[in-house]
Amino acid sequence: MRVRKSATLAASALVLALTATACGSDDSNGGSSDGGDSNDTLTIGIKYDQPGLGLQTADGDFTGFDVDIARYVAAELGVEEDDITWRQAQSPERENMIKNGDVDFIVATYSITDQRKEEVSFAGPYFVAAQDLLMRSGESISSNDEIGDLNLCSVSGSTSAQKIQEDIAPDANLQPYGGYSECLTGLENGAVDALTTDNTILAGYAAQDEHQGKFELAGLDLGPEHYGIGIPKDDTELQEKINAALEKMFEDGAWAEAVEKNLGPAGFEVPDAPEITEGK
Amino acid sequence: MSNLSVLYDAPGPKAKARNVVYTVLFLVGFAALVWWVLAAMADKGQLDADKWSPFVTDSRVWTTFLLPALGNTLKAAALSIIIALPLGAALGIGRMSDHRWVRLPCAAIIEFFRAIPVLLLMLFASAVYVEFTNINSDMRPLYAVVTGLVLYNASVIAEVVRAGILSLPRGQKDAAQAIGMRKGQMMTQVLLPQSVTLMLPALVSQLVVVVKDTALGGVMLNFDELLRSVRTISANYGANTIAAFTVVALIFIVLNFLLTSAATWLERTIRRGKRTAGAVVTADPHDQMEAQPAAAPAAEAGDPPTPTGKD
Amino acid sequence: MFDFLDLQRYDLFGAFWVTAQLAVFSAIGSLILGTILAGMRVSPVPLMRVFGTGYVNIVRNTPLTVIILFTSLGLFQTLGIAMGGDTFTETNFRLAVLGLTAYTAAFVCEALRSGINTVPVGQAEAARALGLSFTQVLRLVVLPQAFRSVVAPLANVLIALTKNTTVAAAIGVAEAALLMKTMIENEAQVFLIGGIFALGFILLTLPTGLLLGWVSKRVAVKR
Repeated sequence: MRVRKSATLAASALVLALTATACGSDDSNGGSSDGGDSNDTLTIGIKYDQPGLGLQTADGDFTGFDVDIARYVAAELGVEEDDITWRQAQSPERENMIKNGDVDFIVATYSITDQRKEEVSFAGPYFVAAQDLLMRSGESISSNDEIGDLNLCSVSGSTSAQKIQEDIAPDANLQPYGGYSECLTGLENGAVDALTTDNTILAGYAAQDEHQGKFELAGLDLGPEHYGIGIPKDDTELQEKINAALEKMFEDGAWAEAVEKNLGPAGFEVPDAPEITEGK
Repeated sequence: MSNLSVLYDAPGPKAKARNVVYTVLFLVGFAALVWWVLAAMADKGQLDADKWSPFVTDSRVWTTFLLPALGNTLKAAALSIIIALPLGAALGIGRMSDHRWVRLPCAAIIEFFRAIPVLLLMLFASAVYVEFTNINSDMRPLYAVVTGLVLYNASVIAEVVRAGILSLPRGQKDAAQAIGMRKGQMMTQVLLPQSVTLMLPALVSQLVVVVKDTALGGVMLNFDELLRSVRTISANYGANTIAAFTVVALIFIVLNFLLTSAATWLERTIRRGKRTAGAVVTADPHDQMEAQPAAAPAAEAGDPPTPTGKD
Repeated sequence: MFDFLDLQRYDLFGAFWVTAQLAVFSAIGSLILGTILAGMRVSPVPLMRVFGTGYVNIVRNTPLTVIILFTSLGLFQTLGIAMGGDTFTETNFRLAVLGLTAYTAAFVCEALRSGINTVPVGQAEAARALGLSFTQVLRLVVLPQAFRSVVAPLANVLIALTKNTTVAAAIGVAEAALLMKTMIENEAQVFLIGGIFALGFILLTLPTGLLLGWVSKRVAVKR
């Protein structure tokens, strides 16, 4: 009898666990079932660990340039801020999240590329970033030729890392890590000379209170990255609405304000608003 | 040779003095190392108060980042072990079946998944879920991590179960057959209940392995577990990666230390229980297993209980 | 079917060669360090026993991923220990070997200690009666017998080590698991890729297990 009891116990524990996970996934699916153009709620994918762009703060709140863009667009789509569900959109997951319908759209340093356009569509661009280097203050280099002599750090598999290895400086000593904050520790301690990726991401780090005066951008332009808002493939209705919202944001000054607020502290000058190309 | 003092003579005055010298030299060397590490860290600004103080002064680090992440670690570990237990028991019992068509596939499955790194299993599971299912991206890392851990640990548990049952005296089986029990009855009413207690310590130790392996999912599959939370914390508190990393490592060590202690305590309790109620099982099978690690078949089956490597 | 196996782009053999090198160097290192630790754990100096026990308990309870990342972030990035490597590739490989060695040594130590427990008391007593010192007792009498009785558990530790080398992917060492991750992200044939890498690891671990199993039977001390 004791055996049967423990067997039943184990079985019911298993069933419980399975239903618990099943419920979990049901819950998290709930937000996105409404579709992009519904008026009440939105599920938006952002970065959670990118200071200046998309960051989950200690209060559980979200800040950053991407987040401000997303909030503005959501407001234009008629969605209250409280009705936005934020979702973490990690770089390798972004196409899948859109294809699966986990999110309505993604604002997460998402560069518009032809390869990605085979799977998803974009609205925007809302910003044109450039690949750059972040170095310790006072160590800046003047030309691209000197990059090959530096000990570089970037995120493994990122486009920035690939560009360095394939085009800019194939012989450069490149340390790949899982995240930029690991690179920052090496940069702070002198084990690497420069961290390379989009200048927006770099500015986000340099602008943090703890880093005031420690790091600065080299100011190189190693190639543009057009940040777009990722949407389901061929959803032209949503694309038009978001594009209109972005146009309005460029014009009424909210866009420049968002750039200044999030990236300005790193000495980032507010550029001209980009021209919207997607869906045109 | 469990009393190790047999390896050396009781120290006389000379040996005692020498021991003191060794101790002092060792302490000085150790202190110098610690000093050098701290000096190097201070030199690089890694000991600055603002890198470490959030963990003490700002409770939000715990409530927003560390505790939910720890919750995910525990959730993945618990799910894995709960699902792997029945699977592993079935595989282990299947491997002892009288029918070759049951025995051989079970053995093949067990040996296959024991030979493959758990990281490969996780990566593979994740790719399969991306390709063939539409589990949403929030849950997929958890599914992939749990799948990898279940596949691997079920085969380890199968071997633990088999070792537990094989370690029972043959008389148990004979007696069960003699009173006319069917094979299933013998397993569920005689052999399994007796071996479960013997297996408990090994199973708890296996839980430590599972907890440790979840960290792999954090780094390689972006599963939101404890080690992964280092990245979000250091994004918020000025790249205090080293500090966050140290705190997370300490949490892991304390958690696993508690689990290991539980396993040791269980083992001791079970052994003591045996000694008083000695009539049930004559030879203490657990002692046997540990005492002859070289005796080939028993040892191979019995190796999971002594933790080996990371598996 | 195998057209995606662009060996120019995906250096399959190179990756497994790195895996094998990681395993061999770490095995040698951990056998040495593990033996020293086991010696410390049975030594007459109390402080050394405390250190040995502490080391094993802490390392065994720490995820290997944490240890490997620590060698990179702590030892290299913070303390500046580059292990004599000129490039990050060299440094990362050596750091990974160091991390794997430090981790596996704790398990070698435990296996060896249980081996020491199987050596009959009379052996050590006889050795001491001959006037051998502690290190001589250990080196000439006890350890040789202990090693022979723990070949099978040590084989398991070494097989686990071979599988654990995949964790080096966390600091960007270009070994098998990292290549598999890249290939799975870029190519569609999930099952084929999974099968190839599974086969690779079976080819690495199976002969080790069989060989050491045979050795363990041959050298077992008959009592």
